[in-house]
Amino acid sequence: MRDVAIIASAQAINAATTTATPVEMLIPVVNQVLENAGIARADIGFWCHGSCDYMTGQPFSFVSAVDALGAWPPIIESHVEADGAFALYEAWIKIQTGEVDTALVFGNGRSSSGDINRILTLQLDPYVVGPLWPDDRSIAALQARACLESGVVTERAMAEVAMRNHHNAISNPYALRRGDHTIDELMAAARVADPLRELDCPAHADGVTAVIIAAGDRARSLAKRPAWIRGIDHRIESQNLGNRSMTTLPSAAAAAHKAGVGSDKIDVAELHAPYTHQELLLTSALGLGESTSINPSGGALCANPMMSAGLARFAEAAARIMNGSADRTLGHASSGPWMQQNLVCVLEGE
Amino acid sequence: MSDDVLRIRTPIGIKYQYSAGPRVSSHLHGLMDGRFVGKRCPTCHLVYMPPRNGTCAKCGCLLGEDVEVGQRGTITTFCIVNVPFLGQTIKIPYVAATILLDGADMGMSHLIQEVEAADVRMGMRVEPVWRPRDEWQPSMENVLYFRPTGEPDAAFESYAGQL
Repeated sequence: MRDVAIIASAQAINAATTTATPVEMLIPVVNQVLENAGIARADIGFWCHGSCDYMTGQPFSFVSAVDALGAWPPIIESHVEADGAFALYEAWIKIQTGEVDTALVFGNGRSSSGDINRILTLQLDPYVVGPLWPDDRSIAALQARACLESGVVTERAMAEVAMRNHHNAISNPYALRRGDHTIDELMAAARVADPLRELDCPAHADGVTAVIIAAGDRARSLAKRPAWIRGIDHRIESQNLGNRSMTTLPSAAAAAHKAGVGSDKIDVAELHAPYTHQELLLTSALGLGESTSINPSGGALCANPMMSAGLARFAEAAARIMNGSADRTLGHASSGPWMQQNLVCVLEGE
Repeated sequence: MSDDVLRIRTPIGIKYQYSAGPRVSSHLHGLMDGRFVGKRCPTCHLVYMPPRNGTCAKCGCLLGEDVEVGQRGTITTFCIVNVPFLGQTIKIPYVAATILLDGADMGMSHLIQEVEAADVRMGMRVEPVWRPRDEWQPSMENVLYFRPTGEPDAAFESYAGQL
């Protein structure tokens, strides 16, 4: 295995709506991550992008993203129809092949192009569940209800997750939603999809994240303290909701085990858990305890730019290593209903 | 076996709000005035008409100043459509061409009419036929089609770089 590290990242300020085209949104962030890394475009060996055509409503819209890269002379480039974090996983494998030493990974999405709660319905099984048109919140609410009834979470614990994330987001300049709330205030709020309240649900956003990864000495020459990828693993559960546990996340637990999460203390975990009850399920599945700071950025609850929120978690987890405030962190990305897919990455300083 | 369900209908409807973006907007405003407004790349200075999604794909940067290009242009390449398809509104055979407007550095696609398909050729000079002004919208559909101007053909060297 080659040692690979995250050496730079950049994010757009998450917005509820934007007038810029997706490509216009990408360019400043791609430029920023190159500047942060102190590397020229020509020195990027591989480019990998995560986005979703259902969000733009245009087939093959991801091809236009190449316009943001200055692909002349020609570049080596790939795309995943998923969050940019999954593009990072592909780029990590690409570096493992030995063909390249550096990769620029980016994810972007303009959630405001359509009704994102309805667009997400299209990821459900198209024969039995999809035609009922349950929106994303309703699907999440079913899971939250099952978790409350079985006692694996409480409404108070969910409110505490909302309180902490919204407080943490105050110091995150990229967050869309932030603020201090009391538990009483959160628990008194109206329900939007019973049992979920507005602040139990993610703040969907238009956003972009870009990350540069590099191998071995190349990483050491580009960053003072690279965030080394010590383990990375991706696990998927059944698409059929009827085959799924509603109160546990076995794919997240398996990915955490394979990525080596439990072999040492995790200082900071950045979790892509869109809903408050999901953060509780995930924290338990990953085996994280009191000593781990969860989502100092405010997490996906306070800004969920579809297709870049997972990569943003990786960027935040890496930033804690790079600025020396943590030695071992965890970046996580999820996808699908009830967090069907989980990608877990363990990062360490040297 | 006759009771097997072989097919179901599950209609899907999603509404999208398309945003042209600030750079393409000036192009669309131009079309409302019967003008072709493109944009220049601040790095390589090529003029994009239309200005794609507001970016120069070659340089990976945002496009800069507006540049109004000419109404007339040159066919750089074309194809003759002979295949009927669902929803076809134009009588076949017809010609779809890439047209390099005078002053632009990128070709654009449009329909060629008022000429036999067999007579269309690379280098042919063409001009737009606009819809009646009261039907104009912020759309390239304001131009019904392009037709030959009757000028001598452009020299091959003048558009060879486009091929």
